[in-house]
Amino acid sequence: MSNGTMDRVASATPPRVARKVRGLSDRAIAWIFVAPTIFLLLAINIFPLIWTIQLSFTDYKANRIGREVKNIGLRNYERILTDTDIWLNMQATAHFLFWTIFFQVLIGFTLAWLINRKFKGNDLWTTIIVLPMMLSPAVVGNFWKFLYQPQIGLFNYIVAFFTGKEPSSFEMLGSVQLAPWSIVIVDTWMWTPFVMLICLAGLRSIPDYIYEAAEIDRASKLRQFFTITIPMVLPFLMLAVLFRGIENFKMFDLVVQLTGGGPGSTTELTSINLKREAFEKWRTGYASAYAIILFVTVFGLASIYVKALNKVKER
Amino acid sequence: MSSFSITEPSGRSKWFAGTLVVLYALITMVPLVWIMLTGFKSPADAISYPPKVVFDPTLEGYVNLFTTRTRQTQDFLAENPPVTWADEIVRQYDMVIVGPSKFGERFMNSVIIGFGSTFLSVFLGTLAAYAFSRFKIPLADDLLFFILSTRMMPPIAVAIPIFLMYRQLGLSDTHLGMILLYTAVNISLAVWLLKGFIDEIPREYEEAALIDGYTRFQAFYKVVLPQAATGIASTAIFCLIFAWNEYAFAVLLTSATAQTAPPFIPTIIGIGGLDWPAVAAGATIFLLPVMVFTILLRKHLLRGITFGAVRK
Repeated sequence: MSNGTMDRVASATPPRVARKVRGLSDRAIAWIFVAPTIFLLLAINIFPLIWTIQLSFTDYKANRIGREVKNIGLRNYERILTDTDIWLNMQATAHFLFWTIFFQVLIGFTLAWLINRKFKGNDLWTTIIVLPMMLSPAVVGNFWKFLYQPQIGLFNYIVAFFTGKEPSSFEMLGSVQLAPWSIVIVDTWMWTPFVMLICLAGLRSIPDYIYEAAEIDRASKLRQFFTITIPMVLPFLMLAVLFRGIENFKMFDLVVQLTGGGPGSTTELTSINLKREAFEKWRTGYASAYAIILFVTVFGLASIYVKALNKVKER
Repeated sequence: MSSFSITEPSGRSKWFAGTLVVLYALITMVPLVWIMLTGFKSPADAISYPPKVVFDPTLEGYVNLFTTRTRQTQDFLAENPPVTWADEIVRQYDMVIVGPSKFGERFMNSVIIGFGSTFLSVFLGTLAAYAFSRFKIPLADDLLFFILSTRMMPPIAVAIPIFLMYRQLGLSDTHLGMILLYTAVNISLAVWLLKGFIDEIPREYEEAALIDGYTRFQAFYKVVLPQAATGIASTAIFCLIFAWNEYAFAVLLTSATAQTAPPFIPTIIGIGGLDWPAVAAGATIFLLPVMVFTILLRKHLLRGITFGAVRK
C-alpha cells in the first residue's frame, strides 16, 4: 500500500476505532513493552543506587568478607566534606571543567560558524573533524601519552620546532604546572567537534529570512552577528555546555590513561580519587558516601543550569 | 549560483572559511595518522629523535601484538629454521613465536559484548520507546527524565554496588554481566532517541492497519518498525560505539575471561617497557573500524548526535 492511500484511509479513520482492536489490549501491550526496560533499570541502576546510599552510612570494606559491618551514621559524609585533600581534587576538576568548556566553546563555535559558510566539501571535512570524539577515550589517552613523551614524543617535537626550546626541556605529563593543561589539550582535541556539531545545528536552524530582513534594514554584518546569530545559537550552545559539563565532571578513562592522576595529585579528578578510595583502598562505605556527594553535586548544578537554560529559551 | 541571494556568503569568504576548516581538520588528524604510522615502525624507529616521518615499514608491531615470544639459544635457532614471514621478523631478536597473544581474545570480547549489548538495548529500547510514544503511561515524563538522569552518575560510583552485586551473583568477569551492564547504561539514550524517531511517524498509519484487522502488535511490527528503521540504525550505532569504547566498567569489573580491548591495549608490554609499535598496532586495529564507520555513515551519525542533544 502506498503512503498516499494510507494517508487517505488514515484521515478517514475515526479515532475510537483504535480502541476496539483485536489481540491484546493497548494497556497490556504498553506494559509488556515497557516492563523489560523498567526491570533492567531497576536492577542495574536504581537498586545499586539505593544500595550505595545504604552503604554510605557504614564502614563496609568490600575486600574483607565476613568482617562485621558497623553503622556509623553520617560520619563518612562529615569526613569527606572536611577533608582538604578532596577539596584539592574538586579544584583540579573545576580547573579541568572550566578550561575544557572554555576552549571547546570558543573553537567549536568558530568552526561551526566557518562550516556554515557552506563551502564545497564541507560535510566531508566536518566528518574528519568529528573523528576524535568517536574513539575510545582510554585508547586515545594511551596514545597521547606517547605523543607527550619528553624526548621522543611528537607533541614536544612540534612545540620545540615552533618555539626553539629543547624538546626534552619540558614534560607535559610530569610537571606540576603543565600536567593540568595536558589533559585540557587532549579533551579539547577530542570533544570540540561535539560543541561544533551542536552549534552547527543551531546556526542551521536560523531561517534565512531573518538575515534578509536585517539586510534590507541595512544592519551591518557585525550587528547581525550580535543581534541575530549569537542569541539564536545561545540555547544550543548552552545545551552543549551542559552535556560537556556533565561528561567532564564524570571524566575518568582519558585522564587515568594519560596521567593516572599525577604528578602527585595535580590531575587527580574526583572520579580518579573515587576509584582509589573504592577499588584500591577498598573503603567501600566511605567511597559510597563520596559517590553520593558527587551525584548530588552534578544533579544540583545541572538542575540550576537547566532552569537558566529554559529562561534563555523563553526569551 | 542558480539564484541570487543576499544571505549567501561571498566566494571569497567561502574560500577563507574552507581553508581554515581544512587546516583545523588536518591538525586534528595528526595524532591519528601518527599512531597509525607508529604501528608500522620498528621499536627503534618509534622512539627515535627527531621523530621519523619516513622509515622502513615493518609488521613487527602487528606480529608482537598477536603473538607471544620467547628468547632462544643460538643452537635452538640453528636447528629450527624460520617457517613463516612472522618467524623471520622475530628471529632478528633471537626469538621464536610460542603462541598467540591475548589480543585476539580481548578483541573478540569487545565484539561479543559490543554487539550483544547493542542488540539488547535497541530491542528493548524500541519496545519501550514505542510504548512511551503511543500510549498513556502514568508519570511518563518523570520516568523518562529519571531514566536519563541516571547517566549523570560517574561510572565509578555505579561500579561500586555493581561490583558487589556481580560478586554475589557470579556475574563478575562474564560476558553476560558486561552485556547487561552496557545495556542498562545505553538504554536510557536509546529510549530517548528512539522515542523521538517514533514520534515523527504519523499515528494514522497504524490506525489504518488496525482497521484492516491487524492486531496492535502486528501494526507495530509491520508498519512502525519499517518506518523507524533509519532511526533504529542510528541508535544502534551510538550504542555500539559506547560499548566499544567503554573503559571504566571494563577495567573494574573484568580481568580475564570477559576483558575487552580498551583496558587491554595500554598494558601491552615489550622488552624494556611499553612496546609502542605493538600498542599503536592494537590501537589502529581497534579504532579503525569506528573511523571507517563514521565516515561511511556520516549522514545518520551527525544527525543523531545533534538530534539526541537538541531534542527536548
